[in-house]
Formats: sequence, structure tokens, C-alpha cells
Amino acid sequence: MALPASAQHEVGKDLPLADSAVIDLLGLSISFGGRPILKNLRGDLRGKAIGLLGPNGAGKTTLIHTLLGFYQPTAGTAQIFGHDIVDHAKQIRGLVGYMPERDAFIAKMSAVHFVRLMAELSGLPPEAALERAHEALFYVGLGEARYRKLETYSLGMKQLAKLAQAIVHGPKLLFLDEPTNGLDPPARLRMIKLIREIRDSGQAHIVLSSHLLLDVEECCDEILILREGQIAVYCNLEEERKSNRKFLMLETRGDQPKFVQAIKELGCEYAVTGDHRLKIVLQGGVEVRDLYRLAAREQVQLRRLSYKRDSLEDIFLKAMENGYGGL
Amino acid sequence: MAVYEQTYKRYAGPLTPEWNRFLIIPRHAYRGVFKSKLFTAFFVLCFVPLLVEAILIYLHHNVNALGIMKLELTELIPIDATFFQTFVNLQGGFAFFVALLVGPPLVSQDLRNNALPLYLCRPFSRTEYVLGKMSVLMILLSLITWIPQLLLFLLQSYLEGFTWFRTHLWLASAIFIGSVVWILLLALISQTVSALVKWRVVASGAILGLFFIPSVFGEFINVVFLTRVGNLISIAALMRNISSGLFGTFVETTGTIRIDAFDGGFREIILNEPPLWISWTVLFVICALCLAVLSRKVKAYEIVK
Repeated sequence: MALPASAQHEVGKDLPLADSAVIDLLGLSISFGGRPILKNLRGDLRGKAIGLLGPNGAGKTTLIHTLLGFYQPTAGTAQIFGHDIVDHAKQIRGLVGYMPERDAFIAKMSAVHFVRLMAELSGLPPEAALERAHEALFYVGLGEARYRKLETYSLGMKQLAKLAQAIVHGPKLLFLDEPTNGLDPPARLRMIKLIREIRDSGQAHIVLSSHLLLDVEECCDEILILREGQIAVYCNLEEERKSNRKFLMLETRGDQPKFVQAIKELGCEYAVTGDHRLKIVLQGGVEVRDLYRLAAREQVQLRRLSYKRDSLEDIFLKAMENGYGGL
Repeated sequence: MAVYEQTYKRYAGPLTPEWNRFLIIPRHAYRGVFKSKLFTAFFVLCFVPLLVEAILIYLHHNVNALGIMKLELTELIPIDATFFQTFVNLQGGFAFFVALLVGPPLVSQDLRNNALPLYLCRPFSRTEYVLGKMSVLMILLSLITWIPQLLLFLLQSYLEGFTWFRTHLWLASAIFIGSVVWILLLALISQTVSALVKWRVVASGAILGLFFIPSVFGEFINVVFLTRVGNLISIAALMRNISSGLFGTFVETTGTIRIDAFDGGFREIILNEPPLWISWTVLFVICALCLAVLSRKVKAYEIVK
């Protein structure tokens, strides 16, 4: 099929995957009927896979919808790959894929017809759209069922079909809204595996909205936690896990009771977990070097000293309690 | 992203031009529409009056055929504005039933299955969506209204000669404008009802109701108040007047009524059709209302305030 020269360009060719911000939030605010939903969100999100977390009603889905141009910002704006979401909404939609939270399909269509239609609407020529529809369905594991009507699909299959339509045009940024909703454990694992594969391919960034911390923990390298429409935390998950340097685990050799007594005198909370094992929570003003000093004084060997890593749950709960901004 | 590779790969090929992407919707919709054999049969039936029209035009110019059929030329319907107007109106009736069969599920199915976010998260605007859905009907209805009518007009011009073509060129514009206004109205109303009502049967009933209930009510007003103002709320009457205006057959006074007066005499009331410009204005208002409803309903997600 011959196409006009103006139309012959690659999706996002001018926007290579780089270290530049994927999403730049520039004071983004949204209100519905005078009720603020998102409040002055600021920051640039750069991760390969960004987990969007928050309690129900925190504004996760609203943020995704706003970035997709479904809602107009009340104040401020945002940029995706440097394109303003208000001024270049159509251009942005050519670069993104979206898997909605709710059941969404076009009735009376087979999966391959549905995914092909979605590819064509994204601008692919009919032949390429058909080819990629088959490929996308094979990729998500619906190859054998691709000629079946979508109405006859199970919930898990519908979720996979939604993922197929989101990736069929090969977007640079993928918005996944609760992708594991309603899936049984094997189906959930399959979905997580697919998301990780897409992430690891390095071809697309992912924004994964979920209230399931485990999903985010398994797929994402960065997290954005929203609370009451505001950013509670934005951080690199690995760095944030390491950053909690107050909870220590020690393995000692020597006169442990004397060493424990000295720790107590230092004002630290502790728990003896074994013959030579201790857990210590450092109090304000106490540092690791003080422990080494104590150990030397009491002639105790410190065979191992490690920081306990925060789980995502710890980070999330801390964000809900404190509401500190990580940006 | 080849099947054997099973990895995620971005698309690096050419893209289609944006201006005609709305036509993807009708292309895919017709697969479903013509799957129904009943509908296909009905659609074929819509061409029968056009065949009759073509035969009549042909007979007017073939003395031998008239002789075989033992007919005189004067016995045939003359080919003039009324001839074309009659067939345009007849095809308009068929167009109404096609719209009634095809129109209701177009938007309602998408709303019922939450498909709008899937359309609108792509480089595809709400306007293109509405245009695409409307063109499903407009293309189908064009095939049974103005396109064949204009071809028959050209056939008549070919058989009658260039002078007839030149002097009757205005008929071509009347055929085109009259048909397009009607199919545009049908497409808009059926899309609007489809956007408001999620269930096909209810939507079909609502479209029928929108066309017939105001007509009955309008007629009731005409009879009770001895007027023709009731025609302004009847879509059928509005279109009849507009069509008559376009084909030059509009008659302003359509009757007189004599009523007995109290003094023993009688009073004569002249029944005047509403001026054409009012009919056009009402039509525009209906279209504007439909567009307003569509603009409100065709959204990725409804905002819950």
C-alpha cells in the first residue's frame, strides 16, 4: 500500500528511549466539580517501569487518564517524552499504549479482528496491522484462541487481549491500570512475566498502576505513591529499600551479654535472636561506628553487620503515615 | 515482534495518513452489518424502486419497447421534478429503515462494553469517532439514495440530450442536497439515540418514537388549532417541506377550512405551511441538539462530580 511521504515515519522516531524524563509533571492539578482530585503534582519520572501506588481514591487512575488526555488539567500540565499533554495530545497517544482497568472490548469481534482494528486506529496500514495483531496475540499467549469471539473469553483471557491491544502498535510508553485484577495465581504470574519481559526488552517504558504491592515490587524499578491526590513518595525502589539504615542485624563472637548491656546503655532497642545474633534499632545520634567502638571495648568480634531492607509494604505504609515527598 | 521470536518490538513501519482514519470504523463495521442475511436481502430490496425508475426512464426513450408493451408515451409518468422527488422520497423511506436496523448498536455497543477508552487512547479524536460511526450509515444510505439517483439523472440526461441536462441541472442539486440532508439527519439522530440508550431494541424503539410520536402530536395540533404549525415538530413533515422547496414543488397554502360563525355566517381559515426558512431552522436546531448530546456522551470516561 503506497502511502504519502508525509505519513511515512516511524512511531516515535524522533523520540529515542533515553535517560530524559518519560513523564514530566508540571504542577498538574485536576478538579471534578470543584473537588480537587490531583493537587499540584510536580516531578519528572524517568524509570523503565514506574509503579503507581496509592489507596483507593488517591488519584492513580485519574492521573493516567489525564496523561492520556481524557481529562483537561485544571491547572498546570504534564509532558510525556517532552510533549505537552494538552497541546500535543494526539501525538502523545501515538506513542503510548493503554490497558484499562475495567473490562473493555468491542462486541461481536474475534480477538484478532479486535486487535487489528486497534492497530489500524493507531495508524498502522491494514496489512501490517493484521500481521502485528497475530503476533501480539501469540506474544501474550492467546495464539490458539485468537479467532474466538471476545465475549466468550474468560476474565484472564480478556485481560491478555487488553494487553495485546495495548502493545500491538509497539508503543514507547505503556500504561497498565490494574493489569492483574481478577486473575487467578497462574494467570497473574503469566501477566507479571509478560510485563517484566516488556520492561526488560528496553523498547518501552511502563507505568503500572496497582493496589497490589507485590505486582509493583516484582515489575517496577521506581514507585510513585499518591495520597489524597498528592505525591507522597517518588523514589527508586532499590535505593529506597537500602536507605533505611537504622535497623541492623549483627552476628557476633565473644562476650555477647556484656555487649548487649553496653548497647542497652547506649539507648538502642535490641532483640537477641540467637546465640550470636542480634537485631538493633539505632536511636538518634547513635551511628554504626559507635557499635564498632563498643565491640572493641567489650572485645567482641562483629562477624556480620547488615541493614535490614525495607519491603515495598514498609515504604508504602511509611508514606501513608508520614506523607513525605520523595521528589 | 515476529511469532517465532516472541519478544516485544516497537513498530518501525510507515503510518497511514491521519485525515482518513475515521473510515477504518465503517470498513470494519460493514463486516458485521452484512453478516446478517436478512439485512443483506433488505438492502438489495432497496434497489428495486431504482430499477423501476431506470426502466421508466428507458421506456420514455424507447418507442419499440413501448410498442411491445402496448403503451402510449402519455400513459407514463412524465419525467420532471415530481418524478425525481417521488423516487427520492421513496428511497428516503428505505433509508429510514436501513438506519433503524444499522444505527442503534453503533455507539451503544461501545458504551456497553467500555470500548470508548480503547478508541480514544489512540491518535483518534472524539470527532473522528463520531464521524466514523456516522459514516457507517452515511455511506450505506448514500448507496441507496443520492448516488443511484444522480446516476439515473445522468441516464435521463444522456437519453434526452444536453439541453435537458443544462436546463434541469438544478434537479441534480435538489436530489443531492435533499438526500444528504435526510441521511445526515438520520445518522445524527440514530447516533444520538444510540449514545443515550445502551440496549439495541430500546434504541430502535426510541428512534421510531422520535419520528412518529411528534408527527402524531403535530397532526393533533394541526387539527385542533386549525393550523399547520404542528408540522414544525414532525420530522417527516419538515423533510417533506424541505424536499418540496428543493424540487420547486412547495405550496404555501395547503387548504382552507370553512367554519360557522356565531352571527350565522361562516369564516374561512386559510391553512398556510410554515415558511421554508423556519423548517430549515428547526432542522438545524435538531442537528445542533444531537451534536450537543453526542459531545456530552462520547467520552472515554464520564466524570462523576
